[in-house]
Amino acid sequence: MSVIPTSASGAKAPDLPLAASARYRLVRKARDGERASWLLSSPLVLVLGIFLVLPILMIVVVSFWGATEFSIYPAFEFDNYQFLFGSAVTYQVFFKTFVFAAITWVFTLAIGFTVAYFLAFHVRSLTWQIALFLLCTIPFWTSNIIRMISWVPFLGRNGIANSALLQMGLIDQPLEWLLFSDFAVVLAFVHLYTLFMVVPIFNTMMRIDKSLVEAARDAGASGLQILTNVIIPLAKPGIMIGSIFVVTLVMGDFITVRFMSGSQSANVGRLISNDIALLQYPSAAATAVVLLAMVLIMIAIMLRFVDIRKEL
Amino acid sequence: MSRQNALELAQLTKKYGETIAVDGINQLIASGTYTCLLGPSGCGKSSTLRMIAGHETVSSGDIVLAGTNITDLPPARRGTAMMFQNYALFPHLSVIDNVAFSLKMKGIARDERRAQARTLLELVDMASYGDRLPAQLSGGQQQRIALARALITSPQILLLDEPLSALDPFLRLRMRSELKRLQLSLGISFIHVTHSQDEAMALADQIIVMNGGRIEQAGTPHEIFDAPRTEFVARFMGGHNIIALDGAKYAVRADRISLASVPLAAGRDAVVKAIEYLGTTVNVSLDMEGAPEITATVSDSAFFAAPFEAGQSVSVAWQRADAHELAA
Repeated sequence: MSVIPTSASGAKAPDLPLAASARYRLVRKARDGERASWLLSSPLVLVLGIFLVLPILMIVVVSFWGATEFSIYPAFEFDNYQFLFGSAVTYQVFFKTFVFAAITWVFTLAIGFTVAYFLAFHVRSLTWQIALFLLCTIPFWTSNIIRMISWVPFLGRNGIANSALLQMGLIDQPLEWLLFSDFAVVLAFVHLYTLFMVVPIFNTMMRIDKSLVEAARDAGASGLQILTNVIIPLAKPGIMIGSIFVVTLVMGDFITVRFMSGSQSANVGRLISNDIALLQYPSAAATAVVLLAMVLIMIAIMLRFVDIRKEL
Repeated sequence: MSRQNALELAQLTKKYGETIAVDGINQLIASGTYTCLLGPSGCGKSSTLRMIAGHETVSSGDIVLAGTNITDLPPARRGTAMMFQNYALFPHLSVIDNVAFSLKMKGIARDERRAQARTLLELVDMASYGDRLPAQLSGGQQQRIALARALITSPQILLLDEPLSALDPFLRLRMRSELKRLQLSLGISFIHVTHSQDEAMALADQIIVMNGGRIEQAGTPHEIFDAPRTEFVARFMGGHNIIALDGAKYAVRADRISLASVPLAAGRDAVVKAIEYLGTTVNVSLDMEGAPEITATVSDSAFFAAPFEAGQSVSVAWQRADAHELAA
């Protein structure tokens, strides 16, 4: 912009109006540009504001409200939080939620990484890569609930798994812990969420230049050394994105735990859903706020390890 | 040129399904020489290089290095090292760790391998860049790092897959002379795949011209350029005229053709079609019986001493020794 005044002052008198109008046009152009960027970003800002920020603020506000057995009333009191942190059940349930998340994370990572590795490095043709990848997604054409329920006839007391084991003579009594147990919960979690691990890891692996693997082989690296020195470091962002998906999904789940544990196990999601069923919204809101804070802290810790920005 | 540590390719063949990429080639590459595999894309030169490196399985035939059959050995145990076309530097490792990578794979302690890597970096003039990441380097610098990384294994043969093709023309010339200097000072063999005649002529002790999976001709750059054995080589190297005479085909270098406005001894009649001034030389396109499209390259001083014009009738002649009969 500094060019304009100089040229205007250096110009002869007849040119001055021209220069001034050019300057005006430039200023207007800049203002228009600014306005355009505000307009362009406003739909997203509105959507996120109305559907994300506002509800969360609502929850935070309600978490300070008071409740009796039959009513809730606006207030600013810490009773909900006091009750929450004062109860041993809270700590147990939060601990259980973390345990579920950790175990599910380990299994989904192991399976997801293996599947992605197979797809990216062992399947040679792009056609087969795409075909097999789509095959992985087919179960996701049905709802979570259906996929969960489909485990029941398999794992039940007289289910396929038990009758097969009985017939083979490996057990005398049907295994009780197969269904309606923590085992069943973790099994369903792994089944439901492994794809969320596969997709981002596969995505980063496909971006690894295959000649890097050759270069490593040329330098004498064994298969395992290639994996630990080249592929895992370069797939880290994908691993991290997948981990965030899985951890947040498991931490926020309540239906899987209810179904697969036969209501014998609890996690934070179920705590909240119970409160809601009893119309104890302030208490549910307080638990939700604590859970949200926990999940955000976990994600913040994960992001400290890996820079995922280059993936986005 | 000793045969002792030579590389020998015997009936080397590579098939991809039904397609034959390399068709039973036989070639001896003496140790301590700079060899260029030259040819158009798809001629099998890269497949040959990758088979020598061990990154491509051999369909049939043998690769023998210094008396050892290395056909089925893994890449790192062959005594070869490869420099990849796009350099293939590990993006997550610093320059020094890239160079030290193969030593790390061997389990050599960190300080020792870094010290060795530093001497290699000094060799390629990159000593002060050890802590950078590859993405922070220019194309030419990345290439030096790739060179250092390949050389740290002390290979007997360095294999270079189109090493200069990713560089801009100015850098290409500089790296070209540097590659040659490095090869001479290290005394090991370089095998360099390229599709550029200029590059091959400037660098090579021996050029192997390939086409359709076969070796068309192998020899010193002078042999190849001066006396091409086949029409393909003559056309690919350029600067040659293919002239059909008495049922045979001959290659005659464009700069060995004499032109005159008066009839020459054993001269043939031709008509000047076009004139191209190139600075030090002038290309005169001619229409001659038996060769409708031949070019005579005349030095600019000779041309301007007695200029020709388009449409002019001239006499064309060449020495018998300059006409090389081409294999059918």
